[in-house]
Amino acid sequence: MSAYRFVVSVMPRAGILDPQGRAVEGGLGHLDVSGVHDVRVGRRVELAVDAADAGAARAVAERLAAELLANPLIEAWRVEPLEEPVV
Amino acid sequence: MKVGVIVFPGSNCDRDALHAARLAGAEAVALWHERPDLQGAELVILPGGFAHGDYLRAGALARFSPVMAAVREHAEQGGLVLGICNGFQVLTEARLLPGALLRNASLRFEHRWVRLAVTRHDTPFSAAIPAGTMLRLPVAHGEGCYVLPDPELDALEARGRVLFRYALPEGNPNGSLRDVAGVLSENGRVCGLMPHPERAVEPLLGSDDGLLLFRSLVAGAARMAA
Repeated sequence: MSAYRFVVSVMPRAGILDPQGRAVEGGLGHLDVSGVHDVRVGRRVELAVDAADAGAARAVAERLAAELLANPLIEAWRVEPLEEPVV
Repeated sequence: MKVGVIVFPGSNCDRDALHAARLAGAEAVALWHERPDLQGAELVILPGGFAHGDYLRAGALARFSPVMAAVREHAEQGGLVLGICNGFQVLTEARLLPGALLRNASLRFEHRWVRLAVTRHDTPFSAAIPAGTMLRLPVAHGEGCYVLPDPELDALEARGRVLFRYALPEGNPNGSLRDVAGVLSENGRVCGLMPHPERAVEPLLGSDDGLLLFRSLVAGAARMAA
């Protein structure tokens, strides 16, 4: 068994109201920044899976993403190997 | 009628729901979320609050509480289930009701009185509400913006499954599509709504319109038993 690390990115689906993204975009004006648009706010989840190989580990991460980390009705997600943790 | 009110860690309207059910004439018991046992309840209420802290998404973790398997089985067998506010969020996350509840369009926690139109009176949740009555109930939520893809929402409306809508003069508090405030399951036995009927059961509270919903359920059960 080895530990495989993944990052799951969860974003509001296109066309779904993203009030957080809209609020952040609205706040940019206070920073004297112009030309920034299409701000969207999602969620990043990092996790480690103990499994025999990378494929088995990824299957677990994909299942977690679809059944818990994202709500498929309103969110899209992507599972990727975690190369560099943010911290 | 026996009513069971589920208590999740973070529920905070469970006692109000027990009180409302008793006022309407039911026997009411609290059900701890870790026990997959409904203790014979004919109506199960998922109350308002912040189950499991609302981490990840409101209702997303509560859906995996052991009691939810029993709730699902109860609903599938035609048992009555009512989800109020956070309870509605849990029921959508558990896919016992369609749609999802997003952050309010205002980005604010909305707590105020609203007016609800009742679209039909032939359901266990609305039978005792006189036709034409607009219910005056409070809302108190941060994530109450109801969404469902257009074709599915069309189908829901066509089948009479939008039971409550926000109405003027106060209007829609959260940006819900087509002013949806409460919906029914396909078999009509599961209902979820964002406003709080259990907080409006005595004139002292500002309204007792919420009692009509609880009376509908209790009177319906009494008729079935007779």
